[in-house]
Amino acid sequence: MRYAAVLLPIAFVVSACDDMSHQPRYDSYEKSSLFPDGKALQAPPDGTVARDSLALEGALAQRPPMNIALLERGRERFDIFCTPCHDASGSGNGTVPARGFPHPPSFHLARLRDAPSGYFVSVITQGHGVMYSYADRVSPSDRWAIAAYIRALQLGGDAPLATLSDADRRRLSEAGP
Amino acid sequence: MAQVFTASADTRLRAAVLLAFLLVFLAVLFVGGYADSSYGTLTGWVRDQPVPFSHEHHVAGLGIDCRYCHTSVETSARAGLPATHICMSCHSQIWTGAPMLEPVRLSLASNTPLAWNRVSRLPDYVYFNHSIHVARGVPCVTCHGRVDRMPLMSRAVPLQMQFCLDCHRDPGPNLRPAAELTRMDWSDWDRHPEAHKDYGALMVKTHGIDPAKLTQCNICHR
Ligand code: HEC
Ligand code: HEC
Ligand code: HEC
Ligand code: HEC
Ligand code: HEC
Ligand code: HEC
Repeated sequence: MRYAAVLLPIAFVVSACDDMSHQPRYDSYEKSSLFPDGKALQAPPDGTVARDSLALEGALAQRPPMNIALLERGRERFDIFCTPCHDASGSGNGTVPARGFPHPPSFHLARLRDAPSGYFVSVITQGHGVMYSYADRVSPSDRWAIAAYIRALQLGGDAPLATLSDADRRRLSEAGP
Repeated sequence: MAQVFTASADTRLRAAVLLAFLLVFLAVLFVGGYADSSYGTLTGWVRDQPVPFSHEHHVAGLGIDCRYCHTSVETSARAGLPATHICMSCHSQIWTGAPMLEPVRLSLASNTPLAWNRVSRLPDYVYFNHSIHVARGVPCVTCHGRVDRMPLMSRAVPLQMQFCLDCHRDPGPNLRPAAELTRMDWSDWDRHPEAHKDYGALMVKTHGIDPAKLTQCNICHR
């Protein structure tokens, strides 16, 4: 009986530790002993077709109409996924090549200026040489948006002086060489 | 009959009652202090990780956006920790022989994920969703602190209920343009409060945010 008087409060205190913070359920990234690979989040079996895969394929095949919203989206995605290597200007002098990564080609090369937009989409989808595929992170419609933005970068980087407005030309000369 | 209580019993009783009160008081003080201490809230503590990954190096040094690695932060409840092949999109070519990165290469070769130890984590009885905060323009730095100054990840703010409620009661002043939400340094914004004094109120109205609804218990405890 004397033991119970000691043990009971201890039992109460300890039961408070087994609290509701860790409920007996699986969160996405938790371990699980249910599956041989030990993950709660299982990859779908090979050959699984996603419900929206037809729509995604359609978005990949069809180039969306060019508009300012597409360019804005393209700039945002380009800044996230491409600038570390290709640089904000598309020159290929990003921070990662500066640390020893192989140097990507500049987007202002004649070869890439003449390439169709679909080529950039396929490079993002499949990767190119040492550059990995970004298909898992950049959705098909975003790939077209990035391609559109690269077009704008090429136009911006290589525009002849004569095509600029007076105001733009003044700003350019103020900015210096 | 002999006396049961001695003359000093009264004094001893008072002393004992006083001591009991004092102990209870100290216990409450201790528990309260503990709950708010950096030990209790885990703020500023780093954890052992399989790879000593440095946000300072990758975010401030290399200028990589959070979303390059935390890919689902805009679209789902969880920000997600990067898959191994995301590390390898760079480390397949640089630091390829570094022993520090051995676990990463092993993880890729054996197709088992890296087991990171979680730093910011809520109890299971709280529901949190990144995508809504990101869409409304609550920047990462509000809840995760200056990640770009963390060589090793640590919790910057105590993720207590009070922290969530302080904002949910009046979200306006904490809202920023959604396009810049991964920006870490907002000092130029804070330096000129008069320039944005209407911004928060405008956004609250545009998105139809209702603080009365946001503080209801079932928003977070569902
Ligand atoms: C980790 C660095 C890195 C990132 C991030 C990166 N690239 Fe590349 N990219 C490269 C390298 C390196 C090459 C050259 C590959 C080679 O020739 O082996 C390249 C080549 C290219 C090429 C030219 C292919 C050719 O015909 O020469 C295109 C187009 C391209 N990348 C687009 C992109 C786009 C769009 C993104 C963003 C979604 C991106 N890259 C992100 C490193 C990167
Ligand atoms: C966009 C490219 C890129 C990605 C993605 C990337 N790293 Fe790095 N990482 C680098 C570069 C570049 C360096 C070398 C920096 C230097 O030499 O100054 C580096 C250095 C490191 C180092 C060396 C220690 C240090 O910080 O100085 C570690 C460890 C590391 N990375 C781990 C990781 C892990 C783990 C991941 C995946 C979550 C990852 N990196 C993803 C570019 C990247
Ligand atoms: C190069 C990839 C990479 C980039 C870029 C990156 N992170 Fe991370 N992040 C990681 C990895 C890997 C971990 C897990 C290891 C750790 O906790 O240090 C992590 C962990 C975290 C955690 C802790 C999660 C937890 O509960 O354990 C937070 C918060 C976080 N990152 C926020 C950010 C923010 C904010 C940014 C942008 C400013 C950012 N990260 C940019 C790779 C990255
Ligand atoms: C309103 C506060 C808030 C904002 C804003 C916020 N986070 Fe979080 N973050 C949290 C909380 C709370 C958790 C813990 C979630 C849990 O355990 O359920 C978390 C967890 C994480 C994790 C760990 C993995 C996960 O998904 O649980 C990462 C990585 C992360 N956040 C990155 C980011 C990035 C990057 C941003 C900015 C784009 C961001 N967070 C914005 C509060 C926030
Ligand atoms: C800096 C401000 C801020 C902080 C801090 C914050 N929130 Fe929020 N939260 C918001 C805003 C703004 C919304 C969007 C409200 C809306 O659009 O109706 C929101 C929405 C939510 C929602 C979704 C509500 C719904 O209608 O589905 C949940 C859940 C939530 N927050 C939980 C949390 C939790 C848990 C924390 C603490 C870890 C937290 N929030 C911290 C600003 C914040
Ligand atoms: C904005 C989100 C949010 C709302 C709204 C909210 N809570 Fe919480 N609550 C939390 C978080 C986050 C925690 C976890 C605190 C911790 O881990 O320290 C928590 C913890 C708790 C706890 C556990 C004790 C503690 O403090 O650790 C209780 C009880 C609780 N909440 C009750 C309520 C009640 C009652 C309401 C309604 C009046 C409410 N909560 C509304 C976010 C919220």
